[in-house]
Amino acid sequence: MSAVIPVDATTKRRSARSTEATIARKTKKRLTSRGATIGALIIAVLWSIPTLGLLVSSFRPAQEVRTTGWWTIFTNTGVTFDNYITALAAGNSQINLAGSFINSIAITLPATLIPLMIASLAAYAFAWIDFRGKNVMFIGVFALQIVPIQMALVPLLQFFSGGTLFGYPVVAALNPGSGYSQVWIAHTMFALPLAIYLLHNFVSEIPAEVIEAARVDGAGHGQIFFRIVLPLTMPAIASIAIFQFLWVWNDLLVALIFADGAVAPMTKLLAELSGARGQDWHLLTAGAFLSILVPLIVFFSLQRFFVRGLLAGSTKG
Amino acid sequence: MRSSLHRRITAPLALAAIAGLALSACSGGPGATTNEAGAEGDGVVTIYGTIADTEAKLLEESWAGWAADNNIDIQYESSKEFESQISIRAQGGNAPDIAIFPQPGLMKDLASRDFLKPAPAAVEANADENWSADWKAYGTVDDVFYGAPLMASVKGFVWYSPAKFAEWGVEVPTTWDELLAVTQTIQEKTGAAPWCAGFGSGDATGWPGTDWVEDLVLREAGAETYDKWVANEIPFTDPAIASAFDSVGEILLNPAFVNATYGDVASINSTPFGDVAIPVSDGTCAMTHQASFFDGFITDAGGEVGPDADVWAFITPSVEAGGQAVTGGGEIVGAFSDDADTQAVLEYLSSADWANSRVGLGGVISANKGLDASKATSPILQEAIKILQDPDTTFRFDGSDLMPGAVGAGTFWKGMVSWINGTPTSEVLTSIEAGWPSS
Repeated sequence: MSAVIPVDATTKRRSARSTEATIARKTKKRLTSRGATIGALIIAVLWSIPTLGLLVSSFRPAQEVRTTGWWTIFTNTGVTFDNYITALAAGNSQINLAGSFINSIAITLPATLIPLMIASLAAYAFAWIDFRGKNVMFIGVFALQIVPIQMALVPLLQFFSGGTLFGYPVVAALNPGSGYSQVWIAHTMFALPLAIYLLHNFVSEIPAEVIEAARVDGAGHGQIFFRIVLPLTMPAIASIAIFQFLWVWNDLLVALIFADGAVAPMTKLLAELSGARGQDWHLLTAGAFLSILVPLIVFFSLQRFFVRGLLAGSTKG
Repeated sequence: MRSSLHRRITAPLALAAIAGLALSACSGGPGATTNEAGAEGDGVVTIYGTIADTEAKLLEESWAGWAADNNIDIQYESSKEFESQISIRAQGGNAPDIAIFPQPGLMKDLASRDFLKPAPAAVEANADENWSADWKAYGTVDDVFYGAPLMASVKGFVWYSPAKFAEWGVEVPTTWDELLAVTQTIQEKTGAAPWCAGFGSGDATGWPGTDWVEDLVLREAGAETYDKWVANEIPFTDPAIASAFDSVGEILLNPAFVNATYGDVASINSTPFGDVAIPVSDGTCAMTHQASFFDGFITDAGGEVGPDADVWAFITPSVEAGGQAVTGGGEIVGAFSDDADTQAVLEYLSSADWANSRVGLGGVISANKGLDASKATSPILQEAIKILQDPDTTFRFDGSDLMPGAVGAGTFWKGMVSWINGTPTSEVLTSIEAGWPSS
């Protein structure tokens, strides 16, 4: 009678976790040593210096910016808000930078929320609802990620402006000056494949027992989704939200094509800020800080999700 | 299991491939409906162009009164990405009603792809009356007239200080050899380099050099050779072009003649073209070569421009005295729509009334013959109008704007930079020519 102690799956997983934990502890030790801390500090300082220079320059008078470096701020004193005031008022007859700041928010929020809403529902369906052709569809969504966004721009623009797709009439055309809808739809379409794929990985990791238990208790799809799936995948949703927010906020390409005239976001006006012949390049310093203001707030307030989001979908379990 | 997995993956992939093929094949469905020419407009005319900032404000001001009188709302939008955007918008069916093209080449490209509407008869009549045949030809593609010119600029001014010239006892040169002699005299009297130049302009670094070469090709080899060169019937490697480069090199590659206040010859590449205005206005640089718009840069740098002021300019002299040829730039107005409102705006923009209205606001000129030269707000602009309206003037559009982008905004710019850095002329010319797209 050989005494084989039956080891159940949970114990196995636990022991595996403990070795993982020791590795993690070792890594942590190595990364928090004095040398590593000093190294990290040096890298941080080196990387922040250009940004600091930009910040200092943005408060210096135009003539000073053109003739001397920002590090001479102590010998060439003179602080002014002129750059910010001029930059905010810069623009065309339809909109100025301050107005486009509002546009940026009006474009970015829906263009982040709409794809997240659709993607989380789709991810749940792909993970927990059995229907015919599910795998085919999922591979289709997955494969859409390889379509370069540049390829879709002209057909999509034809779709919006003429209601046609590859020359065939499909829907009624959007009127010129139809506001933000074009940009929202464009950003949503471009974001969906990756968002669905990443969220699917998270949603399908939820133990089947939990879902089944809920079903046994009589929960429908709606209740399962809102009471179990959504709360459990919140970290993943938040991290995708940050990525999508930053992507849309910083986007120029989609804005150039789908946001004409009065609905132009900041990036579009920033690109014009330096003037026709680049003579006003000193304004870019102020413009840069105005435009990174919101991303900085978003980043710092949701930082912990951000780090977690970097690993999203990369590991199982 | 294995085979079913295999099928599970291949089936959708095959499906996607078939769908892709099918979609790409049916890219020519029933065409979009086109409006009839002269159809009633909606009262809104959108204009898209590269003109930005102050100039855009003045542009809008120039037509504001007319637009109000005629109940047309003109919406102007500018973009630095105009060159790529206009093609995308035309293809996407989201084109503006009117586009202001800074390069005739781009307009010709869109016209030959049938995106542009031919100009209405009234506009053509205005063009015949107000512009020279040289100018009208830039708006014509395959004998169809697509758009009238708008504004113009004259390139090839040499900016100098009249007071300093008097002090050194030199006169404004009338021939190229005299220019070199004047340069030599100034160099001997001051012991410093008389010329300053800056080719720096971000991604476009090198373009001020192309202006030099174009000026010399036009002056040395003549308008006919210039036209052939721009159309690549004469390659860059031709002796005529090499000789123009050598002539420019007599000044720009001579360490004794450049680069005032900035350093050696190589510093030309690292100096932003606009910064040159500073030494020119404070008198430490005797001469620089730049287009008429440099006026504004000098004023910004604290200099005053005028025949008796700090800085004045003469046009780069011809090889022999008399009979001047100038290079310059300008815009061509093309239309993507032909409804009544758009046609009315086109007609107004091609009229002498508009030219007088816009030039009166300052900063620009037009080659419109109906233009009253006294309307120009600065002496240099009046001078430029005089040159443009002079029947003896041969006008040629800036060559790099007429060449395909790969050359005119590509290898030509890069070639100028490497030429300044000391690459032999023949090598530079071969590399510029290599950029010409094989058609």
